[in-house]
Amino acid sequence: MTVESTAARTPRRAGTGSGAKRTSAGAKKSAGAKKSASAEKATGPGTQPELVQLLTPEGERVENPAYDKYVADVTPEDLRALYRDMVMTRRFDAEAVTLQRQGELGLWPSLLGQEAAQVGSGRATRDDDYVFPTYREHGVAWCRGVDPTLLLGMFRGVNHGGWDPNSNNFHLYTIVIGSQTLHATGYAMGVAKDDADSAVVAYLGDGATSQGDVAEAFTFAAVYNAPVVFFCQNNQWAISEPTEKQSRVPLYQRAQGYGFPGVRVDGNDVLACLAVSKWALERARTGEGPSLVEAFTYRMGAHTTSDDPTRYRRDEEREAWEAKDPIKRLRAYLEAGGHADEAFFAELDAESETLGKRVRDVVRSMPDPEPMSIFENIYADGHALVDEERADFAAYQASFADAPADAVTGGEVK
Amino acid sequence: MAVKKLPVAKAINESLRTALEADPKVLVMGEDVGKLGGVFRVTDGLQKDFGEDRVIDTPLAESGIVGTAIGLALRGYRPVVEIQFDGFVFPAYDQIVTQLAKMHARSLGKVKVPVVIRIPYGGGIGAVEHHSESPEALFAHVAGLKVVSPSNSSDAYWMLQQAIQSDDPVIYFEPKRRYWEKGEVNTESIPDPLHGASVVREGTDATLVAYGPMVRTCLEAAAAAAEEGKSLEVVDLRSVSPIDFDTVQASVEKTGRLIVVHEAPVFFGSGAEIAARVTERCFYHLEAPVLRVGGFHSPYPPARVEEDYLPGLDRVLDAVDRSLAY
Ligand SMILES: Cc1ncc(C[n+]2csc(CCOP(=O)(O)OP(=O)(O)O)c2C)c(N)n1
Repeated sequence: MTVESTAARTPRRAGTGSGAKRTSAGAKKSAGAKKSASAEKATGPGTQPELVQLLTPEGERVENPAYDKYVADVTPEDLRALYRDMVMTRRFDAEAVTLQRQGELGLWPSLLGQEAAQVGSGRATRDDDYVFPTYREHGVAWCRGVDPTLLLGMFRGVNHGGWDPNSNNFHLYTIVIGSQTLHATGYAMGVAKDDADSAVVAYLGDGATSQGDVAEAFTFAAVYNAPVVFFCQNNQWAISEPTEKQSRVPLYQRAQGYGFPGVRVDGNDVLACLAVSKWALERARTGEGPSLVEAFTYRMGAHTTSDDPTRYRRDEEREAWEAKDPIKRLRAYLEAGGHADEAFFAELDAESETLGKRVRDVVRSMPDPEPMSIFENIYADGHALVDEERADFAAYQASFADAPADAVTGGEVK
Repeated sequence: MAVKKLPVAKAINESLRTALEADPKVLVMGEDVGKLGGVFRVTDGLQKDFGEDRVIDTPLAESGIVGTAIGLALRGYRPVVEIQFDGFVFPAYDQIVTQLAKMHARSLGKVKVPVVIRIPYGGGIGAVEHHSESPEALFAHVAGLKVVSPSNSSDAYWMLQQAIQSDDPVIYFEPKRRYWEKGEVNTESIPDPLHGASVVREGTDATLVAYGPMVRTCLEAAAAAAEEGKSLEVVDLRSVSPIDFDTVQASVEKTGRLIVVHEAPVFFGSGAEIAARVTERCFYHLEAPVLRVGGFHSPYPPARVEEDYLPGLDRVLDAVDRSLAY
């Protein structure tokens, strides 16, 4: 696998900070720059795009002159924390899949395989940043401190969101593909107007890049120099359609046409995802505007629990990606460097079991909404028709209750 | 064999197959319609048999799907596009309303845009948000579009054939919760006209008008009412734009009472139009005001309360009682 940086390709300030580091890996860097220049001309399906990688699939640390500095301060403790995030997220996701199979959830979009992309980018954000997810960002939610059990309500069918987006600056899941990229851009425009130095991250899938909304988000973000990072997890599939059915050029290259940089990062390498996200967030914070990060990864499971991937993809493909597993990769690195011992892994196993049990318990005891809740929160200022329908429906419900004996409810419904 | 027993989804599949075979200009387009056969398998096997040029997996872009279908229609093709779920038609709504609906008129009738837009719609399948909506009134309100919704396998088969043959754009709403219900399809019979309503159960005390998923609910309500000695007539509207008011009027003149049932919110819904027209046409025959049963003025609720939101037997029969009480 080629390990080259795209940082040199696009002129920008953030990527060219430290002269010393650049010269130390100068040969490699200029080779990379040459290669990407030719790749730029050959924008076609045959293009072999470059990939930012810091950890190989075998768990070996590779140097990357452009991005190393963004993870230079990562301590062994931080590495263990990243590992923990990925393990806990995977455990949570597995529990949700099981709960769906048991009929406790109506549907579940699994993130299996995408833990590094989500944890790497999620951990790069600051508390005052704002995140606009799709419907699969369980790992990002985890990093933002959202109680994972809150993510389950909408998939159980008890609400359409279920958390306060402002408690963790983590917006509600968006099911309509691509819509949230515009919200993120607008939010970022607001951040810029307020002269704040926080950043905004919009998550999207490879399929979403086809939507008009996403093209419009890119346009607005570029024109208004909005502090937004478009974090695209290219998991290779949009339900049954491969990325080639969405784009004839590598996705990260699209950014160029809008006038901001795009970078492809190994989406199964948590360290590289962290570094590239930090780079992109720093750009946003320092007034350099939007960027597109394409995390090149793989959806190991089905699109959702109602999907049957055997109809459109071969097992060998999944097996090839299994070798690049994000969790195994970091574990190998931790073990080889002596950064984590058996006790750490054992403790984490126990902790993830506890999470699994808590998720099971919470879901099973999640009550169905009251029928009258249909009329709640439709308007902030109220609406006469809703009041009328609420009253009619209450009377209708009451008509069943007092049919056998008035005494049961007294015929009173609020 | 001309007569087959098929679930609604399979009847649509057979209909598409027949149309693709009959006319090389017919195309099927949409997200996941090819290899996967659609998320409901409605287009299952079509790409295998007709190739990727005729059964087209499109990029994930509804405005793109409808906009390019318009262009293909202008070039002489007859695209049948699939919108994966009701709530995802809105990115394409601009193309449908501002372009598709108006092109024939703007060209002084010189240009035809025979595009069919298939939309699985309605609730009752326990889905997450945007997967259970009934936006038919939003389309019926727009001049230049025709809007239909079959309720059974035979209509599903025939109405799609007719929609594809129509030179007008047709929004073809498929009652997704009825996809798996079987019914007889005679592929050699002469079908009813696309925009005609049909009386699917005769009765004398009150008329229930419905279309799509609610027809079956109304038939069940009529059967339950019969046990209480009430005789309900059920009219399957089949077409929401235009509406066959003659058939509705004839029924109301017979029964004197009308209840319109649909899943969509009642407020500004198709029931409002029917109530107003019937009042104009049958004022002296009506024994009671026209009543409507449908969804509330609320977002379609989470799955665990959808049974309270959706009109069921009880809510239909409650309206019948109220009508009969006048
Ligand atoms: C506007 C819209 N059209 C269709 C759908 C149905 N749908 C849900 S997910 C999906 C595929 C999304 O693929 P991608 O953007 O690559 O994200 P991924 O699910 O792979 O994470 C589709 C077509 C939708 N939710 N919204």
